[in-house]
Amino acid sequence: ICSHFSFLRPPRITLTRSASQSTVDSSEVRRFRLLASKWWDEEGEFAALHAMNDLRVPFVRDNLLTVHRARHPGKPLAGLRVLDVGCGGGPPLGRLGANVLGIDPVEESIRIAQLHSSHDPDLRDRVSYRACTLEELSGEGEGERGAAQFDAVVASEVVEHLADLETFALCCSHVLKPGGSLFITTINKTKLSYALAIVVAEQLLRIVPRGTHDWEKFISPEELERLLGSNGFTVQSVQGMMYSPLSGAWSWTDGTAINYALHAVKEGHGVEDSSSYPEEHTETTHS
Amino acid sequence: MHKITKAPLPLCGLARCFLTEKHLPSVNVVRKRQFCSGNEGDLGKNEVYDVIISGGGMVGSTMACSLGMDPNLADKKILLLEAGNKKVMDKVPDTYSTRVSSISPGSATLLSGIGAWEHIREMRCKPYKRMQVWDACSDALITFDKEDLENEMAYIVENDIVVVSITRQLDTLSDNVQVKYRSKVVKYTWPMPHHAAESVPWVQVTLANGETLQTKLLIGADGPNSMVRQELGIPTVKWNYDQSAVVAVLHLSELSDTHSSLVWSTSHRLAEELLELDEESFVDAINSAFWSSENHSELIETAGSLFRGALSAIMPSAGTPRQLPPSVAGIGPKSRVMFPLGMGHASEYVRHRVVLIGDAAHRVHPLAGQGANLGFGDVAGLTQLLSQAAFNGKDLGAIQHLLEYETERQRHNLPMMTAIDLMKRLYSTDVAPAVLLRTFGLQATNMLPTLKEQIMAFASK
Repeated sequence: ICSHFSFLRPPRITLTRSASQSTVDSSEVRRFRLLASKWWDEEGEFAALHAMNDLRVPFVRDNLLTVHRARHPGKPLAGLRVLDVGCGGGPPLGRLGANVLGIDPVEESIRIAQLHSSHDPDLRDRVSYRACTLEELSGEGEGERGAAQFDAVVASEVVEHLADLETFALCCSHVLKPGGSLFITTINKTKLSYALAIVVAEQLLRIVPRGTHDWEKFISPEELERLLGSNGFTVQSVQGMMYSPLSGAWSWTDGTAINYALHAVKEGHGVEDSSSYPEEHTETTHS
Repeated sequence: MHKITKAPLPLCGLARCFLTEKHLPSVNVVRKRQFCSGNEGDLGKNEVYDVIISGGGMVGSTMACSLGMDPNLADKKILLLEAGNKKVMDKVPDTYSTRVSSISPGSATLLSGIGAWEHIREMRCKPYKRMQVWDACSDALITFDKEDLENEMAYIVENDIVVVSITRQLDTLSDNVQVKYRSKVVKYTWPMPHHAAESVPWVQVTLANGETLQTKLLIGADGPNSMVRQELGIPTVKWNYDQSAVVAVLHLSELSDTHSSLVWSTSHRLAEELLELDEESFVDAINSAFWSSENHSELIETAGSLFRGALSAIMPSAGTPRQLPPSVAGIGPKSRVMFPLGMGHASEYVRHRVVLIGDAAHRVHPLAGQGANLGFGDVAGLTQLLSQAAFNGKDLGAIQHLLEYETERQRHNLPMMTAIDLMKRLYSTDVAPAVLLRTFGLQATNMLPTLKEQIMAFASK
């Protein structure tokens, strides 16, 4: 995630698709533009989010590997196309061999991400960035055969900043291949999450810059599952995550009361034959 | 705390146009071949190595091999830089070389894993079941052996043979491990620790021939006087023992297995004198050191045998039969060499994008034969951590997992180094209380099976 952001639609541009109400929240965008360059400092203000890669990357990697068998030693995700919404998770997946497109409406974030990528020949070839919104991207594919382009979409710490999740789910479905995977990490809407994510994290411990989150926009896994279900997705697994300020590390946990990760699959059969589909549907725990 | 020089701005990175997402495998293949050719010093278009290992001795080349064979690192570009020539050995020479190392079973496992151990066994190595340590000032001795086990305790191998075997394995890994011989590093340029987006984030290595190489991770395996460590300004705890070691190949009077290797630690002055002696006198000196009682004081002898008596009363069955010291018949021609002894320990093993292994991180007295094994332990630990990091899509030079390596290895190395240092100090003196202490200590340790097993188990790792 280059920045915590929302989708900004500049007022003068009209999209080709009948645009629903925008998912914009321009104040959020303004806030994150200022923080854009600080994202890349792994030990700075966004350290906690960087540390989440330790859980997020294996989560994406392992779930993709159950469907797509790794054929290339050293590059288990070779040949897979991944869309990283709110780019920031791109580089690790790129290092694992995936072709990653990172999108973010904040141009400054894109510029800095490109700069970081430019130094690394591995990433230069595999990870690319575009300043655009998800709606714009999915709008381009309309009517063409190339609409369903991605094997996976990763939207980490994004959903809690959006005003319109229906559009988000629809666009994800549009850009994914049938059988493709959607990975979301976000924050539950509970009293506990208010206490920890807002009061403790932002106000007391300052782990997260103040004002980053709006509790109203948090969503519970049940509601998210319902929303995704009505947009052609089947949720495969939900896992709770917990951050420890003492160790600076994340860990998986049984309860989803605060942070959680979700893996959903778009209906339809992918290129890999359906017999390679995971038999087990990991029990979705809602607590 | 960081002693870092400012990295030059790359003039070309900023202007780079964004490539499309199309993956062009052929481009990568071409690049792989290209990086063998010399670099005119243009920092822009380069190849960036994933790992550069500086120093192709036993530990450095084992590191290169170990990384090259790891499946999670299969596509990484690895380079080993060695200032000397490539070591080849068509035929094992008849004369033994003087520089040998004691290889523990743990190290043998590592070498076996990289396929070098078979070469070593084919060439020449000596398994040993017993190590006996004699004290110059008393009759005390300590014997380590594993009588009840099939496995050998450790191996004595000539250093050259180890390096040649590993080099043979490296030759088979030329797809992802490149080796440059006769490559001396003249300068290292360190990156800023945090991503200032405009500057080059990689470590830059400048060779004597003018080439500049870039890498995401630099492994310093360049020995006790490590340039990598010095250039980073890492404080090192070190002292020189006022001792030197004289090493030689001995021909023993015992029947079969007539060759043996000697490491004699003594004062600088005596070491120099020993080197000057003609061969016959040198042999006499050795025999006298082993057999003579002139340093034994009566007090200590009496106390020693009393203590032994007391112990036998408590544990009559304990204590293995004493082996007499060897009688030396002659020495290998021109085999005497001397080197100063010291101890060194780097206070930090890692920095951003840099890690030290082997003698560059820790240097010990050879009396316990552990120096090479500590280095091999570093190789095993670091390979595992880098392998896991790669599988998690991490930047190999990121400090997080490097710090894990440092913690793990310091926890292992420090106790060993402290023990060796203490033993060395204890043995260097002929002051009666210290001698008594070690006499009792040795005797007790010799007779206490559990303690000996613990020591052996630790040394075998």
